[in-house]
Amino acid sequence: MPVLEATGLKKSYFGRSVVDVERVAVHKGETLVMLGPSGSGKSVLLRMLNLLEKPDEGTIVFNGEEVQGLEGSHRVAVARRMAMIFQDPLLFRGSVEQNVGYGLKVRRVHSAERAAPVKEALEVVGLGDMGGTYVSTLSGGEAQRVSVARALVLKPELLLLDEPFANLDTPTRHTLQHELKEILKAKGMTAIFVTHDQEEAARLGDRILVLHDGTIAQEGSARDIFYEPETEFVARFVGVDNIFTGKVVGAEGGHAEVSVDGTVFEALTDVKPGGEVMLGIRPEDVTLVPAGDIESPASSRNAFTGKVIDLELRGPLVWVHMECPFPLEALITRRSYEEMGIEAGAVMGARFKTVAVVVIGTGAPATGGESQ
Amino acid sequence: MPVTSHQIFHAIYVSLYVSGLATIIGAIIGIPLGSVLAQYSFRGKKAILVVVHTFMGLPPVVVGVFTFAVITRHGPLGSLGLIYTLPAMVIVQVILAAPIITGLTHAALQDVDARVGLQAMSLGATKLQSMVVKLREARSGTVAAVIAGFGRVIAEVGAVTIVGGAITDKTDTLTTLAVKLTGQGKPTQAMIVGLILLFIALVVNIGLTRLQTDKGQRDVRKRVTGYAS
Repeated sequence: MPVLEATGLKKSYFGRSVVDVERVAVHKGETLVMLGPSGSGKSVLLRMLNLLEKPDEGTIVFNGEEVQGLEGSHRVAVARRMAMIFQDPLLFRGSVEQNVGYGLKVRRVHSAERAAPVKEALEVVGLGDMGGTYVSTLSGGEAQRVSVARALVLKPELLLLDEPFANLDTPTRHTLQHELKEILKAKGMTAIFVTHDQEEAARLGDRILVLHDGTIAQEGSARDIFYEPETEFVARFVGVDNIFTGKVVGAEGGHAEVSVDGTVFEALTDVKPGGEVMLGIRPEDVTLVPAGDIESPASSRNAFTGKVIDLELRGPLVWVHMECPFPLEALITRRSYEEMGIEAGAVMGARFKTVAVVVIGTGAPATGGESQ
Repeated sequence: MPVTSHQIFHAIYVSLYVSGLATIIGAIIGIPLGSVLAQYSFRGKKAILVVVHTFMGLPPVVVGVFTFAVITRHGPLGSLGLIYTLPAMVIVQVILAAPIITGLTHAALQDVDARVGLQAMSLGATKLQSMVVKLREARSGTVAAVIAGFGRVIAEVGAVTIVGGAITDKTDTLTTLAVKLTGQGKPTQAMIVGLILLFIALVVNIGLTRLQTDKGQRDVRKRVTGYAS
């Protein structure tokens, strides 16, 4: 039985549908990540699951009990078995201890009995000696740790997290992601984590649910989402930036030749000749080589020559926009870029493995990212 | 005949008693009302806010005249014997202070991040407990509302004169005493009474302003700036 299961949940604001999901379920000890861009309805959905907002339609079953639409003390009683962490720490005036003890205080736990669990929760998040600190002196990372401790101290049956690390710098975010994962695993906690960051989703989620315009675009493991996107939206959202629509012109043993405006790609798919397919290639799966290394582009599988249109330096990586003559985006290391002396206008070779070609919406290939 | 020290001390007592009690009652009415107006959406809320905002600028004389009509011997509540008493003065000052405290509390709570209430509720707070959290977050603004309410009534003359009668050693406040002394051609004595009033207002406001920040916050400021506030 899932810890929480929501079915047919709908919510509209001023006649505009913001959430319309068929089913969301999270099982004991599992971390479900709801991934989606801003405005995809993920935060509203989370608030409905936390009983902070009422759905227009649908049912929410929490540990076997139907809970949607509960009011007053009944709502509070159920809400007290969950805890939520927001994007901003939203700490209350006062000390770190007072904040972490807040949930216990409203549950009428005596102040003397609050001290030990508060201290323990602060130690879990690495702030064991900061209980007396006034919250306005904390850094962003410390404040979010306090916010995590404030939820953990309640030992919730379900922990809900609404982009809790979105406003933190990258190193702090990575540290807290790692720590949170360890805490959730160690305590066997059930959690729903909302984010717009695909890396965060992959790092934390046992299962990922992609939301688009309030509906579920895809649900599955990180591998399913990243290597078997079911729609163009999901593909683009998880970083498959090169997307082409073509027609299968030849097929044998699961290998197919797909013609995209006359250019032939090789992909792994069972689609029969004559069928239309959408292909995707992640920029990081594209390898650039000197043009001379691609001797005969026509005879080589997924190897092309093209002109570099533009380059974008992104820290240790370089984004390369090419015309092959189809537009192709490639992501290479800065070291490769410097060694090859790539510049705008240069003619380069580009190639990618057959397994790197994602066939969108057909569930193939199943070996993405591995060696050919 | 110069004003006696007894007259002045009695006027200080009446001013503090009437304005202090009126401010406390005004806060007891205004803070919860302002909180409810900020926290809940309901039919007629805008109309209530318009009335509250209008009453914030209510002319004291108008309040005095209408209250007088109600509590005068032949008025609907004449049998209560309130006319020319301190309770009558408290009533008019509550009518003046409560809308100010209500309106400014509402405004202060509007500035608090709405998610603070949601955060409290997501940690298990009831709606009332979440409202208390928001009030604590709006502490500076809420205390400012009380300060404004007190400022309004401690300086008030018209309404208390009409319902209190400005009776020497009975219902005279510092303001009515200062008016009387000016009328009697004793501007220096009136100014002394005025300065006493100013000093009392200063002391009370120092106390209230200190309430705007809690100890932890003052400690932080002291550490950061070297000065406590």
